[in-house]
Amino acid sequence: MEKIVIAGFGGQGVLSLGQFIAYAALYEDKAVTWLPSYGPEMRGGTANCSVVVDDEEVASPIIAVPDTLIAMNTPSLLKFEDKVKSGGLIIVNSSLVDEKVKRTDVTAIYVPANELAHEAGNVRTANIVVLGAYMKYSKLFPREVMLNTIEKVFHAKPKVIPANQKAFDIGYNL
Amino acid sequence: MSEKKLMKGNEAIAEAAIRGGCRFFAGYPITPQNEIPEYMSWRLFEVGGQFVQSESEVAAINMVYGAAGAGARAMTSSSSPGISLKQEGISYIAGAELPCVIINMVRGGPGLGGIQPAQSDYFQATKGGGHGDYHMLVYGPSSVQECVDILYNAFDKADEYRIPVMILGDGMLGQIMEAVTLPEMKDVSKLPEKKWAATGKNTGENRRIINSLYIEPDELESLNRKLFDRYALIAERETKYEEYLCDDAEIVLTAYGTVARIAKSAVNILRENGIKAGLLRPITLYPFPSKAFLEVANRPSVRRFVCSELSMGQMIEDVKLAVEGKKPVDFYGRTGGNVMTPEDIVEFVRTEVLK
Amino acid sequence: MAKVFEKTKMLTDAPFHYCPGCTHGIAHRLVAEVLEEIGAEGHCIGIASVGCSVFAYNYFNCDMLQASHGRAPAVATGAKRADPSNIVFAYQGDGDLASIGMAEIVHAATRGEKITVIFINNAIYGMTGGQMAPTTLEGQKATTCIYGRNPEINGNPVKMCELLATLTGPSFIARESLADVKYIVAAKKAIKKAFEHQMKGDGFTMVELLSSCPTNWHMTPEQALEYVRGDMEKLYPLGVFKEV
Repeated sequence: MEKIVIAGFGGQGVLSLGQFIAYAALYEDKAVTWLPSYGPEMRGGTANCSVVVDDEEVASPIIAVPDTLIAMNTPSLLKFEDKVKSGGLIIVNSSLVDEKVKRTDVTAIYVPANELAHEAGNVRTANIVVLGAYMKYSKLFPREVMLNTIEKVFHAKPKVIPANQKAFDIGYNL
Repeated sequence: MSEKKLMKGNEAIAEAAIRGGCRFFAGYPITPQNEIPEYMSWRLFEVGGQFVQSESEVAAINMVYGAAGAGARAMTSSSSPGISLKQEGISYIAGAELPCVIINMVRGGPGLGGIQPAQSDYFQATKGGGHGDYHMLVYGPSSVQECVDILYNAFDKADEYRIPVMILGDGMLGQIMEAVTLPEMKDVSKLPEKKWAATGKNTGENRRIINSLYIEPDELESLNRKLFDRYALIAERETKYEEYLCDDAEIVLTAYGTVARIAKSAVNILRENGIKAGLLRPITLYPFPSKAFLEVANRPSVRRFVCSELSMGQMIEDVKLAVEGKKPVDFYGRTGGNVMTPEDIVEFVRTEVLK
Repeated sequence: MAKVFEKTKMLTDAPFHYCPGCTHGIAHRLVAEVLEEIGAEGHCIGIASVGCSVFAYNYFNCDMLQASHGRAPAVATGAKRADPSNIVFAYQGDGDLASIGMAEIVHAATRGEKITVIFINNAIYGMTGGQMAPTTLEGQKATTCIYGRNPEINGNPVKMCELLATLTGPSFIARESLADVKYIVAAKKAIKKAFEHQMKGDGFTMVELLSSCPTNWHMTPEQALEYVRGDMEKLYPLGVFKEV
C-alpha cells in the first residue's frame, strides 16, 4: 500500500498530479482512491489531495500518516511534514519553497519544478516534473506506464502530450 | 463486462441513475453535490430525458413530484440544507405513494453549517424527515462502485414499492475518485407499466389522481397502515449489510458510508496488533439490519460494539435498540465537517474501550 | 501630512475572501461608505444571504443576520419591523434573489417593506462553481448549460428591476454597473438615494449592480468588465426604473 498526500496552491496542478497516479493505478489494475480537499475559494486557496494505491481494495481513503508527501509550496510543507511516516519520502518543489525538511528520519528530495518545467517549454507542467521525480524514486509505476498514462489522459488534447512526457522525463532523469 | 473507469462519486451516481432509467432531474446548486446536476444537465438530453435547474430546492422536489406522478423515473439531489427544504415535498411524495430517488450528499450542520463531510442527517433520513407517518428506503453506500450498484437498481425498488428512495452519502463520497464498472443502459421502454400514474391519457372513471389529502380519518389511517405493511415487507426483502471479520471478533466496530471504510482500516490495524476486531456495516439504513446486529450481539465472543459516525451519535440509537442491551455500545464520532482517521478509532478502542 | 483617504469605518478589517477581479469588494465598500455618510452607525442591521457574499457578515461593521438561501428579504422584513428606527439592508446575489428567493423579493417589494436591497447581478452562480443563474445571458456558457444558455431548454434571463418597478410598493428601483470608474460613482449615488428613501419611510428600495465574475466566466478581470459594459449592459440597461 502507498499513501500519498499532495499539497500546494490551487492552480499548481496538485489535484491533477494525484489523478495521474490514480489513472496509472487504474491502468495497472490496482485499487485506488483519489480524494481532494474542497472549499469555498475558487482560486488562490490551498488545495490538497490524498491518493491511496493498494493491490486489492482500499479501505480508508483518509490518510493520517502518509508514506509520501509532495509539497508544492511552503504552507504545505509546514502543514504536513510532521505527519509523514518515519522512513517516508518528502518531495519539495524547491522553486517555491526555501525551507529545508527538518525531519532526519525521512528522505527529502528537492525538485526545482518550476524552473525545470520552464526549461521543458511549459511552466504549467511543473506538477508533471514532480511526478517524474516521484516515480523514479518510489518505483510505484514504471516509466512506460506513466508515459502511457499521460497519453491516455490527454487523448482529447493530443497536442499537449509531448510537452508533458518531456516534463515527466526531466523529473524522472534528475 | 464493460471497461473499468475512474469516476468521481457524484458523476458515477449521475451516470448510474441514467443507466438505471432516470429520465427526469430537477435540482438546485449546493456544495458538495454540484457535479450531479452538472452532469445531468447535458447527459439527460443525450438519452431523451429532461433536466431542470429549478429556482429552489422547494421547487425541485415539487418538480420531481410532478414528473414521478406522471410516470417518469425522477430524481433530485442536494445537500443537507437543501434536503431540509425538500422535506415538505418528500412527505407529499410519501403520502401520494410516488416513486423517486433523492440524493443527499451530507454536509455539516445545523443551519448553514459547513461544506465538509458529515453524517448528521441520519435521523432526518431514516425516521421520515418531513411531517407525518412515513419512511423512505435509505441506502448508505461506502464506495463509488457501491453507489453505482445501488443507483442502478434504486428506480426499480422505488417503482416496486412506490416509495421514495434516498441515498445518504457525504461530501467525501461525492468527491472521491475510484475505479468503477458501469452496467448496461436499461431499456426504459420495457419497464412495467405504472397503472396508477397520471399520464394524462385516462378519462372518466379511469382518471388517475395523485394526492395525499385524506379528509376522512379512517381513510388516512388505512393509508398509514398500508404504508407500514409495505415497510415491513421491504425490511424482510431489502435489508442489506456487510460483515467483515466478525466471526471471532471481540470488539465489533460499526459504521456506514465512508466512515465504514475508515473503520475497516481500523479493524485491520487492530488485528495487526493482536486485537480481535470486526466490522458490521449497515448498507440499508432504513430498514436497519437489526436482526444481524442482534445475532452478532448474541455471539459469546463479542464483548462490545463501537459505533463511529460523523455526528454526535445518531445511528447509535438504532444499534442500541437492535442489540437489546445484550452488549454495551460505545460511541466515537467527529463532527462539524471533521473526519476521523483509522488511527483515531484505534486509539479510542485502546484507551476507552479496552481500558 | 494630511490624510487624503481612509477606509470607511463601516467595513471591518477582515480581508475579503473574494477571487481576484471580483467586484463584490467594490460593492461592499460603496454600501459601507454610504452607511457611514448617512450616519447609519449604531442603528443599522445588514442581512447576509447565501452565495459568494455569504461571509458579508464578516465585512460590514454593523449588526448582521445570516439568512437562509433566498430568504434575506423576509429576514430583513422581520428585522425592520422589530425596530423600524433601524436602517436595514439585505445584500443578495442573482441566484439568491432572482431564483430561490423570487417569492420573498417580490413580496417584500410589493408590501413596500422599508428596507434596501443591494442586488449583485453577475449572471452566474459563483460560490457553487459557475452554474447557470436566472440572470445568465442567452448564449452565455455555464456549467449547467455548457453549450450556452438556450431559452428553449433553459428558459430566459429575468430582469428584476423592470419586474419590480411594476409593483406599487417600491419607492426606488435602479440598476447601475461596477464596470468602470464613472459607473461606480453613479452606483454609489444610487445606493445613497435608496437608503435616503428608506430613511424617509417611502417604501421598498433596491439597487441592482451589474458585476463581474472572472473566475466562473473564465475571463481575465479586464475581459470580464468589458463583458459587463457590452453584452450585459445591452440586456440590462442602466438607470432609475422607479422613484416616488
